[in-house]
Amino acid sequence: MSPNPDRVQHGLTSTRVLDVDPLLDDPGTRIVVCCGSGGVGKTTTAAALGLRAAERGRKVVVLTIDPARRLAQSMGIDSLDNTPRRVKGVEGEGELHAMMLDMKRTFDEIVEAHADRERAAAILSNPFYQSLSAGFAGTQEYMAMEKLGQLRARDEWDLIIVDTPPSRSALDFLDAPKRLGSFLDGRLIRLLTAPAKLGGRAGMKFLNVGMSMMTGTLGRLLGGQLLKDVQTFVAAMDTTFGGFRTRADATYKLLQAPGTAFLVVAAPERDALREAAYFVERLAAEDMPLAGLVLNRVHGSGADRLSAERALAAAENLVELRIVDQDGGKAGLRNSSDPYGSSESPASRPAESAESAEAADPDASRPTASAASAASAASETNSPGPDAEDPGVDRLTAGLLRLHAERMRLLSREQRTRDRFTALHPEVAVAEVAALPGDVHDLAGLRDIGDRLAANRPELPESVVD
Amino acid sequence: MSRLQVVSGKGGTGKTTVAAALALALATEGKRTLLVEVEGRQGIAQLFETEALPYEERKIAVAPGGGEVYALAIDPELALLDYLQMFYKLGGAGRALKKLGAIDFATTIAPGLRDVLLTGKACEAVRRKEKSGRFAYDYVVMDAPPTGRITRFLNVNDEVAGLAKIGPIHNQAQAVMRVLKSAETAVHLVTLLEEMPVQETADGIAELRAANLPVGRIIVNMVRPEVLDGADLELVRDVPRSSVAKALSAAGLGGARRGGNAEKLVDPLLGQAEEYAERYALEHEQRSVLGGLGLPLHELPLLAEGMDLAGLYELAKELRKQGMS
Repeated sequence: MSPNPDRVQHGLTSTRVLDVDPLLDDPGTRIVVCCGSGGVGKTTTAAALGLRAAERGRKVVVLTIDPARRLAQSMGIDSLDNTPRRVKGVEGEGELHAMMLDMKRTFDEIVEAHADRERAAAILSNPFYQSLSAGFAGTQEYMAMEKLGQLRARDEWDLIIVDTPPSRSALDFLDAPKRLGSFLDGRLIRLLTAPAKLGGRAGMKFLNVGMSMMTGTLGRLLGGQLLKDVQTFVAAMDTTFGGFRTRADATYKLLQAPGTAFLVVAAPERDALREAAYFVERLAAEDMPLAGLVLNRVHGSGADRLSAERALAAAENLVELRIVDQDGGKAGLRNSSDPYGSSESPASRPAESAESAEAADPDASRPTASAASAASAASETNSPGPDAEDPGVDRLTAGLLRLHAERMRLLSREQRTRDRFTALHPEVAVAEVAALPGDVHDLAGLRDIGDRLAANRPELPESVVD
Repeated sequence: MSRLQVVSGKGGTGKTTVAAALALALATEGKRTLLVEVEGRQGIAQLFETEALPYEERKIAVAPGGGEVYALAIDPELALLDYLQMFYKLGGAGRALKKLGAIDFATTIAPGLRDVLLTGKACEAVRRKEKSGRFAYDYVVMDAPPTGRITRFLNVNDEVAGLAKIGPIHNQAQAVMRVLKSAETAVHLVTLLEEMPVQETADGIAELRAANLPVGRIIVNMVRPEVLDGADLELVRDVPRSSVAKALSAAGLGGARRGGNAEKLVDPLLGQAEEYAERYALEHEQRSVLGGLGLPLHELPLLAEGMDLAGLYELAKELRKQGMS
């Protein structure tokens, strides 16, 4: 038996093991960003990491984008909003706070903070602004970055854990500040705010003609009112959001700084790991510090030495055995040879064959078998109740074996998928999280996930397999 | 049968796979379908094991009985130029807009406009006719954004029509909404038998209905086979370990005595059965939640060997069998 049962249970081994606890404990770690494709348990991972860090003594805030009520409830909060709320029931000295990004509220707050009252009112009532801020997809990314910058600037928490939006393209949230920056610096914004500025400059005359042609085109395309709304909005953006670009750049730099760690979250499925590989490559290209890959929902088996094929064959045997039994024959399967071929001592053979004979023909051999097992292991002798003669037990056991075969197939598929990833990115440390049969409903559930996340400790021998 | 089939679902439920299988299923018997990808992930190309799709309708599969599946990965920027050209004859001006960064603005800074383009393009394909007067495609299947975003995505043109009160954009937006809100469209939601995706499906349906968008069917994907039934699971709870050990031994898996190989299997196997039981109960519960939503329910099996092209044809066959096409 391996000294690390978890490792055996997962059945998957990786070249490098991501050790979550030192990362969470390091006071130098100030921001952890969880990214990954949708449906891989990203939000749950962020919450579980937050809880674990808090219970290890840190003052943590989790910024989540996912409005799933269930997660809020699991942290004992009815609904999360744009303000960090303290989570109750956290053990130890640390603190856990949680908040959910409210895009519109965040956007409004920026406007209110950076424009005078009158201008702010004008922007807030602009129909184009209202549509944009209420959540055209994409706004989320800007606002998540903005909120992260704000939280970091407040310096109230020593660790911020961010769950990124389920973007249509994986790293929209990284691109967002740049795009906004290039937009604010771009010619379009000058065009849209042009009519007033360009009028008097003779040297710009040709350009000016081109510009009015363009505004004319836009006007035709958008309709006069909308163009006016867009122009008003853009002008307001330009003047009040001048600081946005600076802040966005600062946040971007913050993400590249040593205090930040990115965790790519995935499930052991082809698509999710393909996205994960893409994340890993993009993060490297952007000089973003990657701590590792969290591989959620990894299936293991405590009986992984029994292959799917052997399990199915054994299930078949049981079915045949029952047919034989029903025929009243005593020629049941008696050839219960040792499937592993090595670990059984020869001395145990007689007991074994007696037992298998009993299984095939209970009437005849029960006393013998009991005696034999009492002699060999001094146990299991006085267990009454249904024994192998119960066809229900055979049926159940065949079912257990088929279930195991299914598990083993899943396990080997997950292993192949994961190995493909690690072959491509051997430098990426991996933390495997054993799958839960159900969903997370409370802090205990999150704590359990946290334990599973941290189970791959390198101090445990044999957890690193090269 | 609606001609525009929109397939949405929570991330990780396999909506791209279901959309592709549906396109195949609808293409059987000489029909022609267009499978549209709007999220730029190239998931369709990967499913059909072809190279990345360009912004161009191209045939990617032949369905049983001579039907054809075409695929299109919509590139928002090209779609915008296309759209400008098609509706406003603005080819040159389009290029100028691009230089100015207006295309970037439209497709990235104001991603809502990107949704306008994507839905617009799909509706254009639905309405397009050949010279003979026959529809260019019998069905258009859209691999749409996830459930959390689908209503807003489909409804974006309503918002645009409200913003641009007159002019060609207003008219175009209204034309698109007419298609999307009519019986010509059906929005299907893909889910798994798990709590969160089911909850999201229920929420998604409520949102779609509130927005007067036509909800189609619920497709439960990756349904695991029933290996142990209710009676088995009851037995799991109080079966003596020794009888299981004996049965395993009888099946040829080693000794049933304590420490024997068969005996050592008992705990892990019963443990797996307990996990199965927990999941079984959960799935049962989720199935009844879905049943209460009042929509036709379809189930697709989990493919034991993972998803590949053969599996896709298998799922298409299953969808046909269940009368989804």
